[in-house]
Amino acid sequence: MNTSIIQARPDYAAIAAWIPEGSAVLDLGCGDGSLLRYLRETRKVVGYGVEISDANVATCIANGVNVIQNDLESGLADFENDAFDFVILSQTLQATKHTEALVNEILRVGREGIVSFPNFGFWKNRLQVLKGNMPISDDMPYQWYDTPNVHLCTFSDFENLCHTHSVQILERQVMTAGRRVIAFANLLGSMAVYRVKRAA
Amino acid sequence: MSSSVGIVKAQRATFDTPLTFKSGAVLPRYELMYETYGTLNADKSNAILICHALSGHHHVAGYYADDTKNIGWWDNMVGPGKPIDTLKFFVIGLNNLGGCHGSTGPSSIDPATGKPYGSSFPVVTVEDWVNAQARLADQLGIQRFAAIVGGSLGGMQAMQWALAYPDRVAHVLAIATAPHLTAQNIAFNDVARSAILTDPEFHGGDFYQHGVVPTRGLRLARMLGHITYLSDDAMADKFGRELRHGKLNFSYDIEFQIESYLRYQGDKFAAYFDANTYLLMTKALDYFDPARDLNGDLDRAFSAAKAKFLVVSFTTDWRFSPARSHEIVHALLHNRLDVSYAEVTSDHGHDSFLMEDAQYMTVMKNYLDRVGEECKQ
Repeated sequence: MNTSIIQARPDYAAIAAWIPEGSAVLDLGCGDGSLLRYLRETRKVVGYGVEISDANVATCIANGVNVIQNDLESGLADFENDAFDFVILSQTLQATKHTEALVNEILRVGREGIVSFPNFGFWKNRLQVLKGNMPISDDMPYQWYDTPNVHLCTFSDFENLCHTHSVQILERQVMTAGRRVIAFANLLGSMAVYRVKRAA
Repeated sequence: MSSSVGIVKAQRATFDTPLTFKSGAVLPRYELMYETYGTLNADKSNAILICHALSGHHHVAGYYADDTKNIGWWDNMVGPGKPIDTLKFFVIGLNNLGGCHGSTGPSSIDPATGKPYGSSFPVVTVEDWVNAQARLADQLGIQRFAAIVGGSLGGMQAMQWALAYPDRVAHVLAIATAPHLTAQNIAFNDVARSAILTDPEFHGGDFYQHGVVPTRGLRLARMLGHITYLSDDAMADKFGRELRHGKLNFSYDIEFQIESYLRYQGDKFAAYFDANTYLLMTKALDYFDPARDLNGDLDRAFSAAKAKFLVVSFTTDWRFSPARSHEIVHALLHNRLDVSYAEVTSDHGHDSFLMEDAQYMTVMKNYLDRVGEECKQ
């Protein structure tokens, strides 16, 4: 099961590599709970997910994953400062409405944040825009009219946001089709996972 | 949905060891009515206890051979193939102490006097109930429950189990409940109690000897309760401003359909429920507050718990609102206990926990299926 999950979601392995065993983890927009399940199996985390959809909540429960049904954009207020070692936002950032406020909330509730998102600046996306169309890719498999993604950005856009909000980037792993990208990340990387914390 | 557990039989357990109540009162001897469904497995690991709410009792599922229309109060939840699956679990329903369905309560005869306990029956708390339930479990040979399930006041008992007997419960399913009542909630209870206490036929709780019943008070108490268990929308949907006779009569008789419904519910309830039991149940609700002796620190109150939790609330439940469930969830989170929380969209207010809602049933079933798998290991 783990192998197929890693193939489907290459960001999972990167996330797991950063999380020490037994950490307390909050996964915002946890979907069907597959990341939390993977982290529980591989890193023995004490994990909780936040999820709004009825169907996903029911699936998480069937998977034995702790899930709290709430809107992650309004529901974090109840969480105390530093309640978790890690707060994860996996492929969800670009679909949030109050993205700026959420980044701050993540680092209030978690000692560190882990954020992954697709790169709008990936060369294939740029090419599609140059041709005159909104990009569609494995990481952004939607038409412009049915996409949940309202705040797409490039790696450098996100890094600028971090800079203006005193968010320190501890690590970054850039990937394309499951492979690590080292150079010209903002052009050659289709998605990235960031490990961030509040700047001291 | 699925089939029923079929014909069931109520049983009576007798306890001769005195029970000391939280108030200090002592009951030397008492009886509890209970029913069981399903089969206890060899290692006695598949037992589920159902804790009832204000007006509930031991008849949770199925029906009686001599009264086939008397279907258990949670028959949609408990049965073969249902979320609390009697093919997998050994399910126990009981009538709590102070009840009026056969367990020792105010209307029972006090052997010391030969008269009903009436006003002398001790004020009972959720803690007392759970202690009595633990003794029933002892008698049935159940050391540890696979799950304890309850809605509303029943949810408080389920939580109390995790606090008082952390090693005796694997999973707690706390539904439409709260870590303590709000002032508004206590206020509703007090109005209900006042209706009973001021009924001239109440006689300080000893009405049995007078051959009367404080029906008017009990009826008002139930009518008030009913209003608070429904949502504004559900009431509007069901009754609106519909008139019973199609026109205004300029009288104080029943005119609006909602009046007819409430009075009917009040009369029905007052005909079988005991006024003293109603007082005790509302008092137990008011008193429950595991954080009271800890400066209101609910996190600390839950620090003894070891169980895994499923917490469920309903969007239109304003008597035990989702916000109250959030308090429970956060106290559990802060103790790093396993907890899942479902906020079910429903129109039926507090009563939703007794209704058959697809999402609610799925959540319960998915959770309990995992509980069932643990029992097999």
